[in-house]
Amino acid sequence: MKQLEGRRYVIAAIFTLVAFIFLVRLFFVQVLDDQYKLDADNNVLRHIVKYPARGLIYDRNGELLVYNEAAYDLMVTPRQMKEEFDTLAFCELMEISKEEFIEKVNKAKAYSYYKSSIFIKEISARSYARIQEQLFKFPAFYVQTRTLRSYPQKTAAHILGYVGEASPKVIEQNPYYRSGDHIGISGLEMEYEEVLRGKRGVKIVMVDVFNREKGKFRNGIYDSTAVSGKNLQLSLDAELQAYGERLMQNKKGSIVAIDPRTGEVLALISMPTYDPNLLVGRMRSANYGILSKDTLNPLFNRALMAKYPPGSTFKSINALIGLEEGVLTPNTLYSCYNGYRAGNFFMGCHSHRSPVNLEFSIQTSCNAYYSNVFRSIIDKYPTAEEGYKVWREYVTNFGLGQKSNIDLPNELEGFVPKAEYYDRYYRKGSWGSLTIVSLAIGQGELGFTPMQMANMTATIANRGYYITPHIVKSIDGQAIESFDSSIVRHESGISSDNFNEVVEAMNKVVQQGTGTQAKIEGIEVCGKTGTVENPHGDDHSTFIAFAPKDDPQIALSVYVENGYWGSRWAAPIAGLLIEKYLRDTISRPHIEKRMLEGDLIHIQKEGNEGE
Amino acid sequence: MRGNRSLIDNIDWILVGLYLILVFAGWLNIYAAVYNEEFQSIFDTTQRYGKQLLWIGTSVVLAVIILLIDERFFSTFGYFIYGIVLILLVVVIFIGAETKGATSWFSIGGFKVQPSEFSKFATNLALAKYLSSMNIQLEKFKTKLIASIIIFLPAVLILLQNDTGSALVYAAFILVLYREGLSGNILLVGIVAAALFIITLFFQSINYDLWGYTIEGAELILIGIFALLNIVFYINRKKKGILLPLIGVFIASGVLVKSVDYVFTSVLEPHQSKRINVLLGLESDPKGAGYNVNQSLIAIGSGGFFGKGYLEGTQTKFDFVPEQSTDFIFCTIGEEWGFVGSFFVVAMFLGLLLRILFLCARQRSSFARIYGYGVAAILFFHFTINIGMTIGLAPVIGIPLPFFSYGGSSLWAFTILLFVFVKMDADRLEIL
Ligand SMILES: [Zn+2]
Repeated sequence: MKQLEGRRYVIAAIFTLVAFIFLVRLFFVQVLDDQYKLDADNNVLRHIVKYPARGLIYDRNGELLVYNEAAYDLMVTPRQMKEEFDTLAFCELMEISKEEFIEKVNKAKAYSYYKSSIFIKEISARSYARIQEQLFKFPAFYVQTRTLRSYPQKTAAHILGYVGEASPKVIEQNPYYRSGDHIGISGLEMEYEEVLRGKRGVKIVMVDVFNREKGKFRNGIYDSTAVSGKNLQLSLDAELQAYGERLMQNKKGSIVAIDPRTGEVLALISMPTYDPNLLVGRMRSANYGILSKDTLNPLFNRALMAKYPPGSTFKSINALIGLEEGVLTPNTLYSCYNGYRAGNFFMGCHSHRSPVNLEFSIQTSCNAYYSNVFRSIIDKYPTAEEGYKVWREYVTNFGLGQKSNIDLPNELEGFVPKAEYYDRYYRKGSWGSLTIVSLAIGQGELGFTPMQMANMTATIANRGYYITPHIVKSIDGQAIESFDSSIVRHESGISSDNFNEVVEAMNKVVQQGTGTQAKIEGIEVCGKTGTVENPHGDDHSTFIAFAPKDDPQIALSVYVENGYWGSRWAAPIAGLLIEKYLRDTISRPHIEKRMLEGDLIHIQKEGNEGE
Repeated sequence: MRGNRSLIDNIDWILVGLYLILVFAGWLNIYAAVYNEEFQSIFDTTQRYGKQLLWIGTSVVLAVIILLIDERFFSTFGYFIYGIVLILLVVVIFIGAETKGATSWFSIGGFKVQPSEFSKFATNLALAKYLSSMNIQLEKFKTKLIASIIIFLPAVLILLQNDTGSALVYAAFILVLYREGLSGNILLVGIVAAALFIITLFFQSINYDLWGYTIEGAELILIGIFALLNIVFYINRKKKGILLPLIGVFIASGVLVKSVDYVFTSVLEPHQSKRINVLLGLESDPKGAGYNVNQSLIAIGSGGFFGKGYLEGTQTKFDFVPEQSTDFIFCTIGEEWGFVGSFFVVAMFLGLLLRILFLCARQRSSFARIYGYGVAAILFFHFTINIGMTIGLAPVIGIPLPFFSYGGSSLWAFTILLFVFVKMDADRLEIL
């Protein structure tokens, strides 16, 4: 019996051991391991994001360009799916295949059995109207409202840009964004993302095991309200933009029109373009694929990203530099017999009367005249290098070969070679004004964007300066100048008297020279045609213009790829746009008709006409 | 009959105090577990805490009645009570109400009574009476057989009600038998066999690649046992006759492991073995059956050192832990009172168990002593399995935490179980 007495200690030891094991385990689970605390929060806390309305975009006349349209994310809570779920009817309603259905259900279950997740993203309002009536039959499903961008004018796609889901890379770099968030990916949507998006709000609620809301977390001290995005008013004239796009239909090229007084961009056209509504919602990626494979490259914004040589339009600039440098007067005469000769060098010109003075040289676009002018500028200095540097300084002061700092992303810098470029290309000291004489007529290595050409034109129109171009006029009614310190006056360094000479000549171009296609009764238009040599095919047609001559309200550059001479396509289009903008009527419908019907993409070849 | 004065003097108030603390703490946590802003009155009998309050009150009445009954009543009517309960256990199989697959409830006018809760008390009483009777020697085969029948008869009947958890509790009586002279080896073999069973289930579904050979889990266990026995043999190599028992142990373990393995891989359908695995907490299936344990651990683990505060447990309040006022009541303690609360509860239970052992040792009658050990064994089994399962250390067997869990039958049954012992202890000096 005594022996058995001792067994109570064994039993007591077993009891104590179990209690001790429990306490050790509890210490690990409760005190040392933090994972369970996170798990508990995950269970009970739901961050309900309140998406702010993205800012709207209006044109300069208050015309709505971008607004938000309700879209619907179809959500599913797998737990609520009944055994007798009518898969066939559901698939029919949602217009998905059974395989797709199974895949999506499995994905949702893998995410969570109890929590809801997105089943079908971004259903349009129209589809939703149809789905809504039947949705009650499928209690596991409900819709959550999102917004999608909508573009009522179907215009200015490159300017407006588009919105898409934030990429994993963006999410990693910018803590604001979460998976599924929308972000501006190009154009104004990208440039003004932070202004447009507003501030997301969040409501933290507690939910029970059935995902039913059980009230605010800590009485809502971590909650925040959503702040709507700000509205943008653009300087863009939507009617002008749309008209320009119509005139440019079936053509490749670009038009940039600005108000020279303010730097406000009135139209910024790149053709071919696309309907911005294509890059919205469920069809975005499919449509993006189609657009990006298009050989005409509709996604490419030529106005800011294409480099063209300026061609003969550049002669005005050489004239101004010559005048400012004192190597040229309005009365300077040069002779031209079908071209420019210097030793073995010959540059052709068309036949016209000779000798030529400044005004007529611009009017008739004489190559020989500008070869002489250009060489006299360079040769004024002891070395070609010095002369070239002076010349280049003037050129860049017109905004050429440098970013315009417009409020749009992905702008190209353009190209005006530095002296070192020629040093490398030829050999230091061994190149002279004749070597680079093609710069006189805007050919050679020069490459400017249509945007830069518009700035150049604005500088002439203003007789000496341009203002940093910008598309956004105001944010929530506050003028952009109060936000954007980069909007400043850029001086060309050339006196306004000298400009007057060139302006008069450019007026003559339109009155009776190569630019008569841009002539409008009652409006004094100044312009200059150009033809840009294109090694890949037909030459490009270009035209710069501004009007009215003495109170310029619009300055523009027009490029029509493969359009031969400037007089053929670019000048009439510029004229029509000027008239449209200043008068809102078209007095020469036959020219309008010819432009609208002109097709340079599908019918490449056509007879040559004289300029 | 003595006066009530001496009864009050002789009652072990420490034990009664521990009981009251546990019952009160249990009620507080049931209130927290079902707490709802709409029903805040503690007397609201539509809510579980209201009902529990009712049952606590009736339990106290029961306890007082028991204390007033003559101690000899229990030894005299031990078999009779046992018989009545057996009959009830049989009857409930046929006319019982089914709850969660088990037909273990009598439903009488809205109140539900679970005879299996009371059968633990009855079995303990009968076992104590049998083992304390004259000329009983546990060494005899007949004694062992009869004792086993007393223990396993109700267990089998409860199994027939489909209530596996409650049936397993009867395994706890092995501690009583051990105390009364059952060979320690049998206790050891029982523990080792149970451990092997569980380990085999752990490993049986897994194959291992070892030096290019694929080894099944069961084989790996046998290799391990073989290695272990070799070590034992090496240590005891000077002892004579050690080889044969070791071979016997190896063969026995081999048979056990292989048969468990065979039953699982060849006899049972995959979904059946999965069910058993999940039931035993061996298969993690966070959204399925293992969900309870996972959520239970989250509740307890998120409590931290000091807990989230009374009525502040989110896991508890928002029903993430199922059965939280009954089987998973410990989660509420862990979540709202933290490690401090858990420590307190574990310490109170250990105190209760050790106090019972202490009281057993001072009993003059072997009937009271054996009964006391039975009480300790039953409480210990519930404590171990219930808290063990909430912290992932024991299989999920749905049995309540004594005095804590919501439920009239279990509270009454545990109260009767305990207070009969309190009464025996109070009257211990009466017995010569
Ligand atoms: Zn000429």
